[in-house]
Amino acid sequence: MTTQPKKARVSTTVNGQPVDVLVAPYQSLLEMLREVLGLTGTKEGCNDGNCGACTVSLDGRIVDSCLVLGAEADGKRVDTIEGMARPEGLHPLQQAFLEEAALQCGICTPGFLVAARALLEREPHPSEERIRLWLAGNLCRCTGYDKIVGAVRKAAALDGAGNGRAAG
Amino acid sequence: MHDFELHAPDSIHEAVEILAEHGGSTRVLAGGTALTTMVKQSLVRPDHIVSLHRVPGWSHVARLGPEINIGMLATHRAIETSPLIREHAPLLADTYAQVATVRIRSMATVGGGIAHGDPAQDPLPTLLALNARVRLLSATGERQVPVGDLFRDFFDTDIGPDELLIEVQVPAQPHDLEGVYLKFLPRSEDDYATVGVAALARVERGRFQEARVALGAVGPVPLRATAVEQALQGRKADAATVRKAAELVGDLVDPVDDARGSADYKRDMAVVFTRRALEQVAGIPR
Ligand SMILES: Cc1cc2nc3c(=O)[nH]c(=O)nc-3n(C[C@H](O)[C@H](O)[C@H](O)COP(=O)(O)OP(=O)(O)OC[C@H]3O[C@@H](n4cnc5c(N)ncnc54)[C@H](O)[C@@H]3O)c2cc1C
Ligand code: FES
Ligand code: FES
Repeated sequence: MTTQPKKARVSTTVNGQPVDVLVAPYQSLLEMLREVLGLTGTKEGCNDGNCGACTVSLDGRIVDSCLVLGAEADGKRVDTIEGMARPEGLHPLQQAFLEEAALQCGICTPGFLVAARALLEREPHPSEERIRLWLAGNLCRCTGYDKIVGAVRKAAALDGAGNGRAAG
Repeated sequence: MHDFELHAPDSIHEAVEILAEHGGSTRVLAGGTALTTMVKQSLVRPDHIVSLHRVPGWSHVARLGPEINIGMLATHRAIETSPLIREHAPLLADTYAQVATVRIRSMATVGGGIAHGDPAQDPLPTLLALNARVRLLSATGERQVPVGDLFRDFFDTDIGPDELLIEVQVPAQPHDLEGVYLKFLPRSEDDYATVGVAALARVERGRFQEARVALGAVGPVPLRATAVEQALQGRKADAATVRKAAELVGDLVDPVDDARGSADYKRDMAVVFTRRALEQVAGIPR
């Protein structure tokens, strides 16, 4: 059978900005962000849901954007790493990652930051165990994780680290 | 990914009309955690994909008399965190909480997790042990199938290409029926199970009044271990009885060699984890 795939029109909100784009049916949300919208902060690691580098928030829930079709973002709110810093400076999590040297090559970092923000929005003062469980599925091949967990704990110790868009 | 036509129906009725029209060359897309990768890797090459993201509702978790009804689009995370499930089927909440990572759980749906038919999935033994049923809708009508009759082979279910799994019906877990799901994870926290065992038991006056055991990741389909259940029924709830009954599992399972262990190792672990699960639900000290 031959098919005539048409591009789907996607109306979404990315980091608070309304966005209208055309995506092919087979384009993932990750590809839509990186290739159609030029938002390359969200990274591709495995492309099959195992590494968490592509983590974004979709209507307040963190997802692996490589497993979501771009078309499925229609009518939804997408929040990526690009929306994390505030006009007055870095997000407390970003600042803590820098201070604690929680990154080396950095490819995993946007995924960790977006995931960690979602945790702190729900649980402002998580235990170390909660942090480790929540971040399972964000893989880092450089740091050995301890510094990442330490940075999240540091940010959590500062009031308001989770302040951002409402959690879902 | 290869090209396909993407349909985004606004209702389940529209969805089953599309399935009826395009039949075998169509796949339903729910959470997408399995299907997106299968399509990317050309493991399946559907000409049409029916995405459910515009279908309103069908993510309910509701109690109806003695049953809990779960809409196909409820996510694993919703089951993990639902106070209603925690109250009336705690084993279900404990099991869904052990699937993969929080990102997968916040996408993966209950319907997709069953229809996928991967025998290594955690919820399947628990749904078997809780005697759950599914409602399957097609353009020509609806039928209900016990989860125990749904699986035919690896990734192969009794769900027709024209059918949509719309709801799961789970009998509530009585408060005196202790349940546990043990997931053996020798590699990492977010892996699939090497073996998974769901067990439920009610012990009165030191004897098993009821025992249920089901296993995952030990063969082409999730398995209800009725021989073990029968070996426990009415017997003394002690370590010797449980050890003997658990050994029967070795003859029931048919695991495959893979990165999570050899078939022999998995067979041994199926016995060990069945025993541990039963000890735990029967309150037998190890
Ligand atoms: C990285 C990773 C790790 C994982 N780890 C685990 C784990 O530890 N334990 C575990 O149990 N699982 C694990 N999984 C599997 C996961 O649970 C399944 O991918 C998920 O449950 C599928 O649900 P979905 O809604 O995403 O389905 P989809 O991907 O949307 O669909 C899966 C299949 O079901 C069909 N389908 C979907 N919905 C319906 C419906 N309503 N009616 C009829 N057919 C339908 C689709 O056509 C497709 O064939 C993992 C997956 C990934 C990607
Ligand atoms: S790129 Fe999406 S999880 Fe690895
Ligand atoms: S810093 Fe290199 S993978 Fe994490």
